[in-house]
Amino acid sequence: MSRVLRLHVPLALYLLFTLVPFYWMLVFALRPTGSTALVPWPITFEHFDTVWNGIGFGTFFYNSMVIALGVLVFVSVLSLMGGYALARFKFRGQRLFLVALLCTQFIPGAMMLIPLFVIFREVGLLNSLTGLIVADVAFQLPLALILMSGFVRNIPVELEEAAMVDGCTRLRAFFAVMLPQLKPALVAVGSFAFIGAWNNFLFALMFASRQDKFTLPVGLSYALGEFNTDFGALAAGGVVAAVPVVLVFAVVQRFLVQGLSAGAVKG
Amino acid sequence: MRTKRWAPYALIAPTLLLMAVFLVYPIASVVHYSLQRYNVTQPWKNGFIGLENFRVMLTEDPLFWQSLVFSAKWVVVEVGLQLLLGLVLALIVNETFIGRGLARAMVFSPWAVSGVLTTGIWILLYNPSTGIFQQLAEWGIGSPGTSVLGDPATVFPATVVTELWRGVPFFAILLLADLQSIPNDLYEAAAVDGAGRWRRFISVTLPHLKDAIILSTLLRAVWEFNNVDLIYTLTGGGPANQTTTLPLYVARKAVDSHDFGYGSALTVAGFVILLFFSILYLRLSKFGSRA
Repeated sequence: MSRVLRLHVPLALYLLFTLVPFYWMLVFALRPTGSTALVPWPITFEHFDTVWNGIGFGTFFYNSMVIALGVLVFVSVLSLMGGYALARFKFRGQRLFLVALLCTQFIPGAMMLIPLFVIFREVGLLNSLTGLIVADVAFQLPLALILMSGFVRNIPVELEEAAMVDGCTRLRAFFAVMLPQLKPALVAVGSFAFIGAWNNFLFALMFASRQDKFTLPVGLSYALGEFNTDFGALAAGGVVAAVPVVLVFAVVQRFLVQGLSAGAVKG
Repeated sequence: MRTKRWAPYALIAPTLLLMAVFLVYPIASVVHYSLQRYNVTQPWKNGFIGLENFRVMLTEDPLFWQSLVFSAKWVVVEVGLQLLLGLVLALIVNETFIGRGLARAMVFSPWAVSGVLTTGIWILLYNPSTGIFQQLAEWGIGSPGTSVLGDPATVFPATVVTELWRGVPFFAILLLADLQSIPNDLYEAAAVDGAGRWRRFISVTLPHLKDAIILSTLLRAVWEFNNVDLIYTLTGGGPANQTTTLPLYVARKAVDSHDFGYGSALTVAGFVILLFFSILYLRLSKFGSRA
């Protein structure tokens, strides 16, 4: 009995708090306009047709996907390089570099909008997916690098040394011995990068004013204002924006608990 | 090991370059702009004006002070509640029960949802005509036509709850990671000594979690201070600028009015506040000294 009160009741309440909003969105997206049924039956896809083809969420989806995948690749590769350097080498300025990485966590994207806008305008990166990828990578890389160095440090250095004694160069040893061990780390860091880039709003809002360069959060923010009455379209747009991150999250959530504790907060 | 001296520098070079171009240089240029009149829509007026922006900000702009006060209120309430609920949630999903993996995945999932999407979801819930309150009213709970985002009395709690939905999982995930590292024999020893459940929580669990709680709270405080997406899209800072934080004020100066000079002065004020937090963080985490 006490277990019911201590565990099941609070868990059920919290699950309600988490899931009702998701369900509410699904219901709005799948039931016809004007219906107030709480179970969307029969299901209609008219709202998805409206947002995907009519409002241009197809284009926004494509832009978001290109940006998120680009950020994933660059953040993974660069954090692997830097994280390895931090974990396996001792070099002058190492501590300064670490402190600098950490300090970046306190620099908000919102406060960098003005100077970045000026830079982007001067080098012609406004309204460009490349520009958004570069900005996202710059902001995500420091934390990813700290995380990755934690993962590298957790792999026994003897593995590498053994390979190098056997005549491998450091580079060969890295690819043959380290990389396979780092697969979970890459999944975790890559997923964080994907989710972060997919969700980024302010950079895309500020740096992409042409509708053909909008990302999903920007499209969604306009949908919030414009279709204040068309809740079906808003909900369908929300589902389109939610599905990829929910899928990525399902993959990564097993690593999440270990991943975040590996280095980010506990140092 | 054979080590080429330049190897680590070559490996961190791309990161250093990106940080220099996109973080260090922009910070320097913000300080520079803050001393200028710089409005993209009125370029003929642009020019050096010394500390004029700061004088206006400190003496003639009530919204600046109002945004600081609201920022503080937002951070304290939001982070405090997130920590409390996150700790409870972590303790719950740390228990052993059937379907624990699925339950964890579900309660953590809002962590991955963007601020804008969170707004979209909660606007569907909050809207007065087809939202959850209308539904509840039909079942006889509360009154119909409640507009929680339009009413100055309810807009703050409604915004807080929305951000809690997305923010509690952060604490729950971090604290759960730390809970799992507590050795079981500590609990067994305490149980042998006759300590009850509450006693074990106070004397074993909390001391173990102390560092993680302090550092994650600090990190989260900075994050919530900087959180713009959700408030920008949910309330736009309104009604009547009631929910405008300092970074939101900066973002609106940048995005809406393109007043870069004054926006930069506001940014510098924000950096001073953040600098204080980051020094505190570095002190507490002793991060730099470990390398």
